[in-house]
Amino acid sequence: MKGPLDYLARWPLRLWLAMVGAFLYLPLLALVVFSFNDSRRITVWRGFSLRWYAELFDDGELVAAFGNSLVIAAASTLISLILGTLAALLLWRFRFAGKAPLEALLGLPIVVPEICLGVAFLVFFTAIVPWPTELPWPLNLGAIIIAHATFSFSFVALVVRARLASFDGALAEAARDLGAGEWLIFRDIMVPHMVPGLVAGALLAFTLSLDDFVITFFTSGPDTITFPIKVYSMVRFSVTPAVNAASTLLILLTAGLTALALWLQGADIAKQAA
Amino acid sequence: MSPGMSSGSPIIRFEGVTKRYGKVVAVDDVNLEVREGEFFALLGPSGCGKTTLLRMLAGFEVPSEGRILIDGQDVTQVGPNKRPVNMVFQNYAVFPHMSVADNVGYGLKVDGVPSGERTMRVEEALALVKLDGLGSRRPDQLSGGQRQRVALARALVKRPRVLLLDEPLSALDAKLREAMRTELCQLQAQVGITFVMVTHDQDEALALADRCAVMNRGLLQQVASPSDLYEFPASRFVADFIGSVNMLEGALVVDEPDHAEVAVAGIDLPVFLDHGVTGAAGTTLWLALRPEKIELHKWAEAPPALGDAPQGRNAVAGTITHVAYLGSESLYEVTLPDGQKLKALRSNLTRWDQEDFALGEQVWLAWHACSPAVLLS
Repeated sequence: MKGPLDYLARWPLRLWLAMVGAFLYLPLLALVVFSFNDSRRITVWRGFSLRWYAELFDDGELVAAFGNSLVIAAASTLISLILGTLAALLLWRFRFAGKAPLEALLGLPIVVPEICLGVAFLVFFTAIVPWPTELPWPLNLGAIIIAHATFSFSFVALVVRARLASFDGALAEAARDLGAGEWLIFRDIMVPHMVPGLVAGALLAFTLSLDDFVITFFTSGPDTITFPIKVYSMVRFSVTPAVNAASTLLILLTAGLTALALWLQGADIAKQAA
Repeated sequence: MSPGMSSGSPIIRFEGVTKRYGKVVAVDDVNLEVREGEFFALLGPSGCGKTTLLRMLAGFEVPSEGRILIDGQDVTQVGPNKRPVNMVFQNYAVFPHMSVADNVGYGLKVDGVPSGERTMRVEEALALVKLDGLGSRRPDQLSGGQRQRVALARALVKRPRVLLLDEPLSALDAKLREAMRTELCQLQAQVGITFVMVTHDQDEALALADRCAVMNRGLLQQVASPSDLYEFPASRFVADFIGSVNMLEGALVVDEPDHAEVAVAGIDLPVFLDHGVTGAAGTTLWLALRPEKIELHKWAEAPPALGDAPQGRNAVAGTITHVAYLGSESLYEVTLPDGQKLKALRSNLTRWDQEDFALGEQVWLAWHACSPAVLLS
């Protein structure tokens, strides 16, 4: 029997795979390795050290930027989760005039170049609806949160919509037949079915927000620096292993969240297969 | 037959119910009564409107015209969650994220039944469908037959006035289907609830139901007991849909109060019937003759006489052109001299019976004067 993975046994394919892997992950590996470098110079290895990590945590601005990023990610995730789920439900449940254009519009933030969105938000938040800059933290992050929710809600809507496509309408009818009204059907039958989509959508929104640079760059002010923006400004002054250390943390966080999402979906699939 | 049937008062009434989808008429002016305590089957080919009728009874569809009454109450506009009926769905629609017990208890929970009573009733219902002890299982750990039992228990636990079953046995394999038939019957007798079942499988309907409604193209064709449907079909459609039949087209030649004669092309002497037929001489009518009611006789010069018709009547000579050995019986296809083919079914009462008649053999076919069902439409 030849399985689909048997071709991996042939050496050209193994070589190809190894090259792909190297091409994709060697730069990241170098970044991580040099974050532990005991040297001010980023290119010369002098020994293992955690000093750059210590330096990171001593850097008040960086910690503040990281805090900003987490708050923005959490808030924009919550908003996009609610809006995205509602949009997905609307498109799944109802037929109405203008549904097709609406569906196309929903995907727009995904395909529009980020730089255009960034400029658009810049114009919007300066000329049309100026976001007050004197608000106390974290309300001063509002503009960035709105900007992030705007693009990540599309992702949530698409993921939840895809999940809803596999919903068996007979389950809702069965619940209705047993006496449940619309709200109970939603809470007891629909939401449990949507959970994997909600989790995946939320994690997607969270990571998208956490590592977004372009849009944030146009919407952040001097008091609302996020982690990627801070790293960027660090690079502009001097490229030290501290930048590596900061990036490594970001990679860890996003990789961890992605792994969590995959694990949750895997558990769901395993449960259905059992 | 279930014991509850004796009361016989109507529990469900369809009054002039019509359902249109755009220009398509799915259900056409149906007037129907289902009696308290009976096992009622809606039978018909796919697309005949039987499922739409059931869904209107459940409340998932609203009739375009007419009324539906349950217990004398007009429920036409009442939502499915407010009707005293519960449904077993075709693919069971067991909630995949709930345990068996939670599935069965869901309807009670929605109704606000306190949890102590709920647990008790859930266990009762699970015992009723022989799933005792499986309450903590997840649906994905159950077989198809067990999932169906969950769906049954989930509907019955609410003690509905009427239980609706949508093609309840179609998703099961043949052996299990037969076992479940018996069990459904016993279950219905045990709980004494009126069952209304939709099926396209005539065997299922005949075996289970006290009464059946046959539908075609949205129209009610006939409502009768299984044996009446089979032996006294009201139309060619019903005769043909229920079981197997030889349909002979003929013209009425003699019509007396105590007998009638029908001329059929390909049969020399008019077919003799032991009862009168309402109709003018020359009226076109059809004789529905079931294969098991045609006897095979060894070839002889004189046609066989079955005693209830004048000598030479109700007999026709032909040649066996196909034999299907079915185990308990054999189906013979006999071709008449004019090319017409008749099917005759013969029980294999002894282990040697199937050897009595062979392919290519010339035989006599004969039937009793009471055997053909006379159809005017």
